[in-house]
Amino acid sequence: MTALILIFICALFFPGTIGKTKAILSGRKGAGIFQPIKDIIRLLKKGSVYSETTSVIFQYTIPIYLATIVVAACIIPYENFMSVISFNGDFIFFAYLIGLGRFLMISSAMDTGSGFEGMGANREAYYALLIEPAFFILIGSLAMFTGYTSFSEIFINLHYTSYFSIMIAALAVYILAQITLVENSRLPVDDPKTHLELTMVHEVMVLDHSGFDLALIHIGTALKFSIFGGLIANCIIPTGMNDIVKIGMFIMVQFTFAMGIGLFESFRARNKMVRNSEFIINLSAIAVLLIFVVMILNHNI
Amino acid sequence: MESLDILLFQFILILSGLLLILPKRMLHTYVLLLVAALIGISSYWAISVIMSGEEITRSFFNDFWYNVPKLTIDALSAYFILVINFTILTGIIYAKGYMKKYLKDKSKLSIGLHYFSYLWLHASLLQVTMMRDGLSFLLVWELMALSSFVLVIFEGEKKEVMKAGINYLVQMHVGFLFVLLGFMVVEQSTGIMSFDSLTTYFLSHNNFWLFLIFFIGFGIKAGFVPLHSWLPHAHPAAPSHISAVMSGVMIKMGIYGILRVLTHVQSNFLEISIFIIVISLVSGLIGVILAIYQHDLKKLLAYHSIENIGIIGIGIGVGMFGMVVNNPVMVMLGFSGGLLHVLNHSLFKSSLFYSAGSVYQATHTRDVNKLGGLIKSMPITSILFFTSAMAICGIPPFNGFISEFLIYNGVFGNLSHAGYGNSLASVTVIIGLALIGGLAVFCFTKVFGVAFLGTARSNYRNQIEEVKESMWLPGATILTFMLSIGFFPDVYVQSIMPILYNFPFLIIDNTYLPVLSETMASIGKANLIFAGIAIVLILLKKWQQKKVQVAIGPTWGCGNTGGNFKHQYTSTSYADNLRESVAPLISYHRDYKSFETEEIFPDKRVFKTHTEDKIEKKLLIIPINAFIKWLPKAGLAQTGKINHYLQYPIWFMILLGLLTLFNII
Repeated sequence: MTALILIFICALFFPGTIGKTKAILSGRKGAGIFQPIKDIIRLLKKGSVYSETTSVIFQYTIPIYLATIVVAACIIPYENFMSVISFNGDFIFFAYLIGLGRFLMISSAMDTGSGFEGMGANREAYYALLIEPAFFILIGSLAMFTGYTSFSEIFINLHYTSYFSIMIAALAVYILAQITLVENSRLPVDDPKTHLELTMVHEVMVLDHSGFDLALIHIGTALKFSIFGGLIANCIIPTGMNDIVKIGMFIMVQFTFAMGIGLFESFRARNKMVRNSEFIINLSAIAVLLIFVVMILNHNI
Repeated sequence: MESLDILLFQFILILSGLLLILPKRMLHTYVLLLVAALIGISSYWAISVIMSGEEITRSFFNDFWYNVPKLTIDALSAYFILVINFTILTGIIYAKGYMKKYLKDKSKLSIGLHYFSYLWLHASLLQVTMMRDGLSFLLVWELMALSSFVLVIFEGEKKEVMKAGINYLVQMHVGFLFVLLGFMVVEQSTGIMSFDSLTTYFLSHNNFWLFLIFFIGFGIKAGFVPLHSWLPHAHPAAPSHISAVMSGVMIKMGIYGILRVLTHVQSNFLEISIFIIVISLVSGLIGVILAIYQHDLKKLLAYHSIENIGIIGIGIGVGMFGMVVNNPVMVMLGFSGGLLHVLNHSLFKSSLFYSAGSVYQATHTRDVNKLGGLIKSMPITSILFFTSAMAICGIPPFNGFISEFLIYNGVFGNLSHAGYGNSLASVTVIIGLALIGGLAVFCFTKVFGVAFLGTARSNYRNQIEEVKESMWLPGATILTFMLSIGFFPDVYVQSIMPILYNFPFLIIDNTYLPVLSETMASIGKANLIFAGIAIVLILLKKWQQKKVQVAIGPTWGCGNTGGNFKHQYTSTSYADNLRESVAPLISYHRDYKSFETEEIFPDKRVFKTHTEDKIEKKLLIIPINAFIKWLPKAGLAQTGKINHYLQYPIWFMILLGLLTLFNII
């Protein structure tokens, strides 16, 4: 349960931190790091406008979408703080839950009958299918390295004994960070700060969502960030420390990750749309590299 | 002394003759009764086999045949019998509504023949799983092909239906030839033509080659790439309940055949497993990629059958690979995943075909690009399609996830402390499965989004209405079944495990069983948590919406308020992203007339795109066309002139004379 609470806490400041970092780097003062949460609270109280084209799908998909993210968060452990749900192969369940959320989001976007949203939905589906192998290979190589097949067992047993095994951590963090950016459609895949219809993937899918639904989507995005941040924290924080120190380090890692995204987004332009698929497939290639690193370290080659 | 059940079984088959005589209105009720009786008897056998763990043997029609054929039911047969029975039952219920339209136009005989063939398809499917003797097996195998052929050409007055039917019949007989060849090899070596004598053969010969022959024979039925090309033609041609039965259970008979042969395999596990894994991965990927480019709803589903056969094959291949690397957990997970996927696919695929059939009946088109907005006029059908689509993508909390999870879990478990080749194979399977999953989501979000959501992309000829309950009731039953597998997977996985004891060579770790059921129970629990949270959030939304103002407006159009339905994404544009990356598999054609340089007032233009399956083209159409071109050359001697014909015997005599002269004959 501690892990889940930590993820929720980090989700509170994650999007705000990214925004603040970007603001400072572009020479503005910027809003406070809790501004996105205040926006969400305001949205939760607002009324909604529904398109006349939409159907029952549009009404129910977003709450279920958020449920998938919350359950996905329940699967993430933090080293010896056990997750709420844990079993052999729970990361498969995790990946497919995210897939379910995506299926629902795409359906609700298609339900509006808008060309913009169709475009966003189409791209979301396309990038998702390209990113999925990268995640599975990454977790597969960690499973190979530790010899276990659930998140909690993998992260408890992930010790970097030799000097070289730091390489695993480096590659894993790199891949996870990039997956986070693709999953949330951030730079360089998509620029969330451009005007609505110029944002080609995620934001354009939610053009017709308003009020409560939009709030839930923002909550989902924030949670997704801190879920992947949590995975990164699991990969780099060494095991066997005092619990208080650990909690502090977890929050520190998440905070640094958020600032890192802000920093990265400040100095990076968006890819041309046609280049995105190449960019995402490269991640899978790097993940395959990770597999070979693990094989060498395990003396399989 | 024959037992009562087999007498009844035979009696029903004889009673089926009445279907050709009875009046039209009574036909459905009558066939329903007969099918229900067959289901009752065979399910009784199947369940008692699973309960007791002992084989049941019955002699069948022993007064008529040359050597008394035996029906033998073991756990493997029992499992397939139950899968067959469920889909056949939902199919015949669905047929009540679907066939109503044809009652007026079709003659009594053609409807009678249709139901007659349906019953015989059911009977032959059941017997395929029960016959062990080679000749009887081939007989019922042929009976299955013939009865399904009659069912496919129900609308045989349409040219393309007849063509698809003939194509199907020919390909089935190519498959038949290979199965026959396999049995002949066995008979040559052991003297007995039967599945049981395979063990003797496999003990003394190389296992791979005979397995390959059987695999080709059964693989054509199952639809493994590159033996798949009958599927996308036959499924759209057949009535929807027939597509559902064919895709749901008949192609699984190919899987059954492969599994039955595998139960006797003794060695060469490495070659066999790698072969199955490679061909299954190829089938899975190619099936789903080709599906993305289909705009005919039923053709798209047919390609998805190929994909799912691939997933089943991956499960079986992974299980066999577990034998090679001596990993009992991988063996259990692979085989149980493959077997469970057989059931799962029969559920969601038949449900999808029922929905597609309902859409066809309501709108008179299967072209996805012409559909749209159906969820408002056909909510039940649409929701059934939506849930089955999620299930086929292997998404929790539905059943498809459970079987894919088992396969994944087996492979991931194998990764720890595995050798080089071993981990490479496992990683390949993982990448393949992940890609198949992602592509399936891509395809089904496309088809659901385009056909059921948004607004109509063309004017429907008539008012669209929800179908009658006999047409959505089967889908609703299947949905309940699918959810029960998703939420209580431990029950199902535990009942599949006894089938694995049927494979004598399998190494099974009994201590792993409780671990597996615990894992399955946790998935069920996780799904329940998910459902709970989802319901709470939905209720929260309802409560919030009561307090605030809710307005209705047009879809945001960025200043364009025309509200033109043509702005929407279509099936073609949705799939366009992927086109470059799959160019080796699909040829893409555009038909249009380009503008002339000095064409001041252009006339009306038409732009059309269509795609073609390159594998089918290169492997079948081009060689067959070349063959057809070559055939007339064989008719060179057939000039039609009597004097030529009189010459031939003379030349023959001279040839004989010469040959004897030189002592050649």
